Amino acid sequence: MRDKPCVEPGTQGRIPDAARRARGPCAVIECFEEIPCDPCHDACRRGAIRPFDDINHLPEVDFNRCNGCGACISVCPGLAIFVVDETWKDDLAVVRLPYEFLPLPSPGDTVAGLDRSGRECCAATVVRVEKAKRQDRTAVVWIEVPKPLSMEVRHIRVGGSAIGSREG
Amino acid sequence: MIGAGPAGLCAAIAARDMGARVTCVDSGDRPGGQLVKQTHKFFGSRAEFAGKRGIDIAGMLADRIRDDPMVEFMLDSTVIGFYDDGAIGIEHNDALTFLRGERIVCATGASERMLAFPGNDLPGVYGAGAVQTLMNVYGVRPGKAVLMVGAGNIGLIVSYQLLQAGVEVVAVVEAMPQVGGYDVHARKIQRVGVPILTSHTVKAVHGTRVVEGATVVALGSDFRPIPATEEYFHVDTVCLAVGLTPLADLLWQAGCKMAYVPELGGHVALRGEDYETSRRGIYVAGDLAGIEEASSAMIEGTIAGLSAAQSLGHEAPDFEERLATARAELAALRSGPKGQKVRLGIERLMRLGREVGVVA
Repeated sequence: MRDKPCVEPGTQGRIPDAARRARGPCAVIECFEEIPCDPCHDACRRGAIRPFDDINHLPEVDFNRCNGCGACISVCPGLAIFVVDETWKDDLAVVRLPYEFLPLPSPGDTVAGLDRSGRECCAATVVRVEKAKRQDRTAVVWIEVPKPLSMEVRHIRVGGSAIGSREG
Repeated sequence: MIGAGPAGLCAAIAARDMGARVTCVDSGDRPGGQLVKQTHKFFGSRAEFAGKRGIDIAGMLADRIRDDPMVEFMLDSTVIGFYDDGAIGIEHNDALTFLRGERIVCATGASERMLAFPGNDLPGVYGAGAVQTLMNVYGVRPGKAVLMVGAGNIGLIVSYQLLQAGVEVVAVVEAMPQVGGYDVHARKIQRVGVPILTSHTVKAVHGTRVVEGATVVALGSDFRPIPATEEYFHVDTVCLAVGLTPLADLLWQAGCKMAYVPELGGHVALRGEDYETSRRGIYVAGDLAGIEEASSAMIEGTIAGLSAAQSLGHEAPDFEERLATARAELAALRSGPKGQKVRLGIERLMRLGREVGVVA
């Protein structure tokens, strides 16, 4: 039996629907199991991640308040928060993901876009790499991916893509 | 304080805050215990440093008492025995010294379980703790390609740390039908491409002088190997993360009443709500009191340290409030679905304690 990670059912409040994603960047919190953890609430200065009554509860996002600033990404100890922006370009979305591997990619690099099981599903272009001190060594990498893959790509492999360079 | 890991350090801080003089004895060359290998960000609440990395928490805790004249650290010092007159023997630089504490908080942590399979004595078969020490303390890669055995939090976290060090993790095998550790830890390695094979175990490790490969086999619902499901992995390292058991030798020697509580990892001391054992003046905290997370170890240490100091007659205006806050935080950490095993274990421990009169 091989465990296949996926977006599980019952994700309301953590996974923005297509209509919300079409309005602009927003957080995607892939946290589906109750564990004692609550730093994401404190990380959000807009109050979009609701307070925890019980530290074991799953996070809940108010997608009307969330503007996709991404302050929560590097705070989540589970590296389970991503920001997806489907308004980036006509056919390209941006996925911002936490990244704790070396070497870090640089803007303009072509990297392999990997899905939740590590399968390469596209070539992605690095747009930006955030590595502020407050992120405490969890970089946030912005990558451009084909829009239909915005909810699939969740990791990158640095050093080029087997699928081919996007910018050609 | 015997052991200066998360539990021992928090016990020392709490006892010092109450006005007690404290000596922290630890076999390591720096305070922090297992924290010094934990490069990942911690879960829990802000009070237990959620979001901070274990490697940094060790320093933050030690800094609170490092320069305090009331606190003495004895590092590179191993407690080797507990004597009838209440003295503990400490080995340091090949010399034996004795120390007597009016109260003793024992926070010696845990040791790793071993697994029986052909080839488990070959160089290249490691416990997960050793792999972490090599990589995260000394900066040495244990090998090039690793098979991880065990998908509890330690197996998942160490797999992630191996990947960060540039080591290939060919697979994680787990005998149970589901991942034991946190789902988010599993996802961190799955998206790098590491398969997690549940209902699988290591059948044998091969090699003439060192590990050259490992055979993995699928397990049926009766945990017996399913014939003809063997799969060979070409690896030079096999890492065992198959559980921890409390390091309780000193408690046995001190004559503390012990109980076998499988949910807490093995033999643990019967204790009261204040973490005092059946031997008056000896307290326990952390993994020694029952295998759990570092965040709960820190709170247990705080409770044991506060209680031990108070029993010596020390007072602090915020004693009751601190104790109540610690108890509430500990209860919250254990209240979720992942805390069920520990809750059952503690329930059993307390019931056994009441039967023999250790707990009121």
